Amino acid sequence: MSENFLRWKAKYDAQRERKGPFFTVSSVPIDPLYGPGNAAEIDYERDLGNPGEYPYTRGVRPNMYRGRLWTMRMFAGFATAVESNERYKYLLSQGQTGLSVAFDMPTIMGYDSDHPRAYGEVGRVGVAIDSLQDMEILFQDISLDKVSTSMTINAPASIIWSMYVVAAEKQGIPAHKLTGTIQNDILKEYIAQKSWIFPPDPSMRLITDIFGFAKENVPKWNTISISGYHIREAGATALQELAFTLADGFAYVEAGIKAGLDVDDFAPRLSFFFNSHTDFFEEIAKYRAARRIWARHMKEKYGAKKEESLLMRFHTQTAGCSLTGPQPENNIVRTAYQAMAAVLGGTQSLHTNSMDEVLALPSEKAVQIALRTQQVLAYETGVVNTIDPLAGSYFVETFTNQMEEGAEEYFRKIDELGGVLGAIQENFFQQEIADAAYRYQQEIESKDRIIVGINDFINEEKDKIDLLKIDPEVERAQVNRVKALKQSRDNIRVQTTLDDLKVAAQGSDNLIPKIMDAVRAYATEGEMIAVLKEIFGEYREQAVF
Amino acid sequence: MNKTRIRVLVGKPGLDGHDRGAKVIARMLRDAGMEVIYSGLHQTPEQIVEAAIQEDVDLIGVSVLSGAHMTIFPRIKELLKEQNAEDILLMGGGTIPEEDIVSLIEAGHAEALFTPGATSTEIVSWIKSKLESSKEDVV
Repeated sequence: MSENFLRWKAKYDAQRERKGPFFTVSSVPIDPLYGPGNAAEIDYERDLGNPGEYPYTRGVRPNMYRGRLWTMRMFAGFATAVESNERYKYLLSQGQTGLSVAFDMPTIMGYDSDHPRAYGEVGRVGVAIDSLQDMEILFQDISLDKVSTSMTINAPASIIWSMYVVAAEKQGIPAHKLTGTIQNDILKEYIAQKSWIFPPDPSMRLITDIFGFAKENVPKWNTISISGYHIREAGATALQELAFTLADGFAYVEAGIKAGLDVDDFAPRLSFFFNSHTDFFEEIAKYRAARRIWARHMKEKYGAKKEESLLMRFHTQTAGCSLTGPQPENNIVRTAYQAMAAVLGGTQSLHTNSMDEVLALPSEKAVQIALRTQQVLAYETGVVNTIDPLAGSYFVETFTNQMEEGAEEYFRKIDELGGVLGAIQENFFQQEIADAAYRYQQEIESKDRIIVGINDFINEEKDKIDLLKIDPEVERAQVNRVKALKQSRDNIRVQTTLDDLKVAAQGSDNLIPKIMDAVRAYATEGEMIAVLKEIFGEYREQAVF
Repeated sequence: MNKTRIRVLVGKPGLDGHDRGAKVIARMLRDAGMEVIYSGLHQTPEQIVEAAIQEDVDLIGVSVLSGAHMTIFPRIKELLKEQNAEDILLMGGGTIPEEDIVSLIEAGHAEALFTPGATSTEIVSWIKSKLESSKEDVV
């Protein structure tokens, strides 16, 4: 340590330090000061690189937001396709630049709306999609070559994506013109979000089938959004989010290679999805480290040659788990800081949560404020004027390095457990996340961590805000629609396509063309999933807490 | 006097898999000295009630973040009644609007409902106030 630093340290120690603790939202202790001594090892060319240059710590494009702003993409969907279609048209009219579809739980879990397990859940947390018919309604009067669409769907991604591609076909738009993203990330379902259907092996097959089909037919589509968001929401720290998400990413790369694909044929279409929590610098360090780790591994370990294979492009959503039920308007402020961290971290697209999402699906007013938050950030704050403005900060660079080292440590542990699938079986991720979530809760209860409106600065009076209500009639309407469809379609054709799908599932050919045939015949999602369950079986978890 | 420990089934009904709340509560109650059984995910109300009876619990706590609370709570209560197990208390938590909390409690579809931000002290003391006196009678 330099003399200069020690001189300051003596003065600092002589003064009173207020009661801490000084740690991040992930419980990482932070020093009072970072200086040249911390960042001495950094080699600009090797560790940072210019924006758009290896290892992409400073961003994936040479011009970043000076070229194009991030895509403002608000996640939306509720009730039936009719209501959601109206919401999408409203959002597009308000200056939103991409669509993001939220599905209801029965759709996510592969049940039709008329299935007994769907009872009470139709259209509640997203839109109900049972068949191609619903998908056609969802995008009525929205030309699918003019928007990019993100769809948050995982276990049944192959089916829902096929419905989208066929809905475009019906609009007269060829598949190669379509742009968008399907989440399609089953590993984080086993790890954190728990919306699985099939066991890991057939699930991974469906994913690599999508990679293969998209490469030939839908080349501009992001075939997977490898997601840390849900891992973080489940309670993980920033470092765990980073490490587990990248480990999942590498597992998909390895699966693609094992399925016989060339890494450079599918890696350019892999995209990522991160959380942005309230601890400002920790988030920024996480994003910068993520780009660098991805680029280094893709180049050095997986031998990717194309530059696009090395680029970690990612979507960000502000942290739902940071929002508070009491004093919900405060959530607007939290979301704004989180959004700024994501932008300073170089995100490609962003969803800002609405203040009321801790209580219900967002109201139109709340969504508008959340979107305006992004617009203020983009057009008023000036943070977009220069690229990666925090580079060279002693603190940010030190923290970025620390994130990378911590992630490498986790990769070693995961390898020792037999890779991601082995670690899932051992409940490694699940236990790490449960422990972190519990620790966080204890910090709040002991008041070591202050959350405004929760354990300090409490208002005695309850705040009232207007919430969106889903009419129970929605469920009946959707159930009637799918029942009517099952009566009116050509059921012989449906059966033939389902039989073909079943035979194909027993073999090893790419399943997507078979799924698309069934979709064209208006087979429902639930019918296709049922056929696949017969062959693939269902996943069961051994829960730990 | 040997006091019997309070037994709780923490359940996660419905199709939603967001289990952070359920798991934190399960651990919190265990740390507070209760015996906790966690149902695991994707349970139907029927499965939850059956497990509650089999495990002879005093209380069921369910976590609902899917907006399906207006069907799930009444259904569990109805099943408890059908099985003559009305002595088992029902509490819940999740993203439940205040209005719905009031109507569920008033209709007797749950004994207590907590929303994000509720503390363990709050939850544990509610449970103890409801169950400890009755437990002391059982020797």
